[in-house]
Amino acid sequence: MLFNRAKTVEANIDKYLDNILKAALVFDQAIKDYFEGKTENFEEKTEDIKKLESESDDVRRDIKHTLYKELLIPDARGDVLGLLESLDDVIDTAQTVLIRFSIEKPIIWEPLKADFLELSGTSTKCVEEIVKAARAFFREPSNVAAGLVKVHFFEHEADKIEERIMRKAFDGDFIEKFSERVHMRYFAERISMLADEAEAVADRLDIYTIKRTV
Amino acid sequence: MFTILIFLSSGLFLGWSLGANDAANVWGTAVGTKMIRFKSAALVCSIFVILGAVISGAGASHTLGKLGAISELAGAFTVALAAALSVFWMTKAALPVSTSQAVVGAIIGWNLFSKSAIDMKALTKILGTWVFSPILSAIVAVILYFLVVLSLKVWKVHLIRLDGFTRMALLAAGAFGSYSLGANNIANVMGVFVESTSEIFTSINFGSLFQISGVQQLFFLGGAAIAVGVFTYSKRVMMTVGSGIYQLSPITAFIVVLSSSIVLFFFASKGLKGFLVSHNLPSFPLVPVSSSQSIVGAVIGVGLAKGGKNLNLKVLGRISLGWVATPVIAATITFVALFIVQNVFGQIVF
Repeated sequence: MLFNRAKTVEANIDKYLDNILKAALVFDQAIKDYFEGKTENFEEKTEDIKKLESESDDVRRDIKHTLYKELLIPDARGDVLGLLESLDDVIDTAQTVLIRFSIEKPIIWEPLKADFLELSGTSTKCVEEIVKAARAFFREPSNVAAGLVKVHFFEHEADKIEERIMRKAFDGDFIEKFSERVHMRYFAERISMLADEAEAVADRLDIYTIKRTV
Repeated sequence: MFTILIFLSSGLFLGWSLGANDAANVWGTAVGTKMIRFKSAALVCSIFVILGAVISGAGASHTLGKLGAISELAGAFTVALAAALSVFWMTKAALPVSTSQAVVGAIIGWNLFSKSAIDMKALTKILGTWVFSPILSAIVAVILYFLVVLSLKVWKVHLIRLDGFTRMALLAAGAFGSYSLGANNIANVMGVFVESTSEIFTSINFGSLFQISGVQQLFFLGGAAIAVGVFTYSKRVMMTVGSGIYQLSPITAFIVVLSSSIVLFFFASKGLKGFLVSHNLPSFPLVPVSSSQSIVGAVIGVGLAKGGKNLNLKVLGRISLGWVATPVIAATITFVALFIVQNVFGQIVF
């Protein structure tokens, strides 16, 4: 009985983490599609991420319900739910950024295209690493630390790319209107926020892992 | 029978207080952290305490008998009462106290009052064991800690499934701990009555299947008193232990309880002693030891295994104080109580 319930929760946690990872990959692909002008594909990906986000919410609620109803992991319950909730912010951010792209349709400036793609790729890597670290938290807590180092590294890289985009947008003369420069800064900040959210999860995970150490 | 029960009441009261306090050492963290329900803990604890007392209680009790063979029921009553009063008074005064140490002090008080010679060999054995038991607990805890850490590394079990295994492990360790507690500590509760009730409780034969000796019947009563203590009063102590004094994770709690239980078992099991002796190995003396100090020893062991950051020297000081203060206080109270029972109530106490 106890182990059957445990199996269900384990499967749900795995599914939830899979969804976060999928969302990050879909996000990266959607940004590529946008910058390559494949609008239809981009809109399709935006819909995909909305579905993933809604499905993840259901899975998370299910996990929460089972953990409390069945009195599972009483000592680590709060930490596990905290981890899942903070991971939810990652998928929420990915969804929000794509919706903003879809609504505001920022202009694609050729000198910034490669930088935006690099920023999206780095932010996605950051999410990939936090998902790996979160998986390790459940099975091999000793491997979490290595994953967190990578998260911090990629987040720092994302910050540098974000700054590079902003400098290019404001220092260069290829964008005439100030409002369009601000628009570029805004989107650079938004994409980079994905890495920031992943780092926020990493900070929590660091503490949870210390608490989990026997 | 009624008179016997009255005389046994002080021992039964000791049993009750042992159930109320010491059961929390075994089950406190598991119940306090909600890993195991109090009702399940109390049921398993009661069954195994009684089993431990009846099956393996004789060894440690024999050593107490060597220290002082209290032949009169009124004397045994007074000794157990004085021990109980010492525990009660010292607990009220927030001094570290152990039933084992109070009972030994009380028996020494009886020896002094009755001018019986103190078996120094038995006394040295008992005192040495008190010092050794928390140290051994710490050593066992360090070994178990590294074994658990290693097996978790190799096994890579999911956190959720680990929770299920930890619950099962806590339940098993709790059952073993309760058995060891009953086996080792029943001597404190009923040990002083063994001599004086030897003619009252006679063996009961169940055909040729098995026999329940008089001592086992006496220990069953003591075990039942411990069980009543567990059911009536231990819950709040468990909650305090679980959430206050030792903040342990469920896995660390398992290590601590198992280490302490192993040590209590070492000092109680005649079978283990026989096995070690037959293989020419050094054996453990069968002596009632303090389960609380054994637990503290194990907690310190885990702290050392983690790098020694949690080591609290004050705790060690308090344990050492208990080794000296408790027997002295108990012996003094016993001496005075025996004087009163003999001269005021006109009872034969030796």
